[in-house]
Parts: sequence; C-alpha cells; structure tokens
Amino acid sequence: MTGDLVWVLLGMVVVTYGIRLSFLVFGHGLAFPDWLERALRYVPAAVLTALIVPMALAPQGAVDLTWHNAYLPGSLVAAAVAFTTRHTLGAIVSGFVAYGLWRYFLA
Amino acid sequence: MRPFFAGARDTFPMLVGAAPFGVIFGALAVATGLPVWLTLGLSALVFGGSSQFVAVSLIGSGTAVPVIWLTTFVVNLRHALYSATLLPHARALSARWRWALAFWLTDETFAVVENRLRQHADVQDGARYWLGSSLAMYFNWQVWTVVGVLLGQSVPGLASLGLDFAMVATFAAIVAPQLRHRPTLFAALVAGVVALLARDLPYKLGLMLAASAGVVAGVVMEAWAAHTAPSPSATSKEPST
Repeated sequence: MTGDLVWVLLGMVVVTYGIRLSFLVFGHGLAFPDWLERALRYVPAAVLTALIVPMALAPQGAVDLTWHNAYLPGSLVAAAVAFTTRHTLGAIVSGFVAYGLWRYFLA
Repeated sequence: MRPFFAGARDTFPMLVGAAPFGVIFGALAVATGLPVWLTLGLSALVFGGSSQFVAVSLIGSGTAVPVIWLTTFVVNLRHALYSATLLPHARALSARWRWALAFWLTDETFAVVENRLRQHADVQDGARYWLGSSLAMYFNWQVWTVVGVLLGQSVPGLASLGLDFAMVATFAAIVAPQLRHRPTLFAALVAGVVALLARDLPYKLGLMLAASAGVVAGVVMEAWAAHTAPSPSATSKEPST
C-alpha cells in the first residue's frame, strides 16, 4: 500500500508540475484553443459537485433521503449560506453547525 | 517597497483565505488514514489545494492509482491556462526562473500577479514580485497543513465527529456562489445527477463521467444562451432616453 501511495504522490507531482510548466517553459509554439478555455471554466463546479452529491445523498452507498442522513441538511445549509452571503468560511461553519445539531438531535 | 515584498504583501488576503483550507486538508487527510509523509508531501510537492482534497477522497475510497492521476490532471488543467496567460510576461526570463515560477503557480498567485504584470513593464521586477507572491502562498500552505495534521493527530476521533463532512461542506461552499451563472448551474446539475447514477461504477469512473458530462452541459448551455440572446442590433432599437 505504501508503494502505491508513493506512486500516487509522484504521479500527481509530475502531472501537476507538467501542466504548470506547459506554456511557461515549453509553450513557445503552443496555442491555447478557445473551446478548451471555455470548457475549463466549468471543470471546478462539475468536479466538486460530482464529488459531493453522492456523499450528501447516499453517504452509505444507497440513496438516503430519511432523517438519518445529516449530510443532506448540512450541505444544503452550507450551500445556501455561501450562495446568499458569498462568505465561504461562514458557510462551512454554518453547515457544520447544522450537521452537528441534526446528528445530535435527530439522526 | 521592493517588488518581492510587494508581491507577498499583495497576496496577504489570499493567505488568510487559504489558511482554513490548509488546516481542514491536513486534519482530513490524517483522519482519513493518509500517512503524515503523504499529507505533507502533497502540500509540499503538488501544492494544489483542490487536487489535494480530491486525492484524499479518492485514496480514502481505495481508488486505482491511474484514476487518481487522471482526476488530478482534469482538476489541475486550468493551470495550463494560467501558464499560457503569463507566458508573454515571462518570455524574457531565464529558464531557471520559468521552471521555478511554474512550480508555484496557483489560482491565487495567478490572480495577484497577472494584474500587476499587465500594468508594470519591468521584467525583472515582475519576476521578483511573482516570486514574492509564490513563496508567501507556499509557506502559508505548508504551515497550515502542519497545523491541520497536528490537529488531526491530537483529536483521534475526528473522523467519527464528522470531519468527513468537512469536505462536503467545503466543496458546497465553494461551488454554491458560482451557481448564479446559469450555464454553471446546469453543469453542476448534470454532473451531480450523473455522479449519483454512476456512483457504483468501478475505479471511481463515475466521477470522470460526471465531470465530463457536466463540462459538456455547461459549454452547450453557454453556446445555446449566446445563440438565443438578443443581438446588439435588436437591443439598440429600444428608444433611447
């Protein structure tokens, strides 16, 4: 397992540094296509949403929309506070409080 | 003020913003079971917050190594855009400078430096400003990662206390404000639905599938919105006041 993790780290370093080096060091003949630039703007929202939706709706693997699932109200509160206030840290803390209270009193 | 320190100073708000994420990353990684060397190694050598969080999630769920690399590639690909945007300001620098500055390229440093380089012409001053911003971000991130690791180690039950929820809350808080933009909202909806439906696919391929579907959905929606939006000539027919 440790060997695997070494490979995980090395690969991530090569991939990430390679991307950052791309134009700055090797980029004299490269051009950045317009369609790729537009597509990249959607990557963070798509990847992050794809990560959290299954965790929030199906934390144990099966879709759980009952009151046992504190992840759902917690993440909804975090999203709602961030949407209205644009205050990331406040949103995280609010989400945590909602999650904690829900788990303590309901789930 | 010397350019190096000016770069660090102008990056200060970004340092404050990154601090809690460094702590959450360190604590979450340790609570998920990542060894300390890997947690510190990710911050010191990869130095890319989103990809580090995603890696913790993927390692925690036993994802195959190539899938983790591929996900890292997709998550960090936006840095190529920064690399391309900054190239005109870096052409005159030596290779050593460009290799170094590329290593520390992040969203935050790009935002601070791009603005400055566009307004000031001196290449050497610009490079020192850029380096100041880079090193400030870098050492800030290392310090807060260590604080997070120490926190994670000193509170052994952190995972059962719901630290795994920290990632959900963090990502939800980052994404939510972007949803005011219609195509981004559509991209997120599609990505979320596909991720939920495809969550049992092997090797976490559902994540790549969902992310790709979301990106395509966003691009298509953007093109469609541009197509149906009233053209400037149509709006100019409005009576002027």
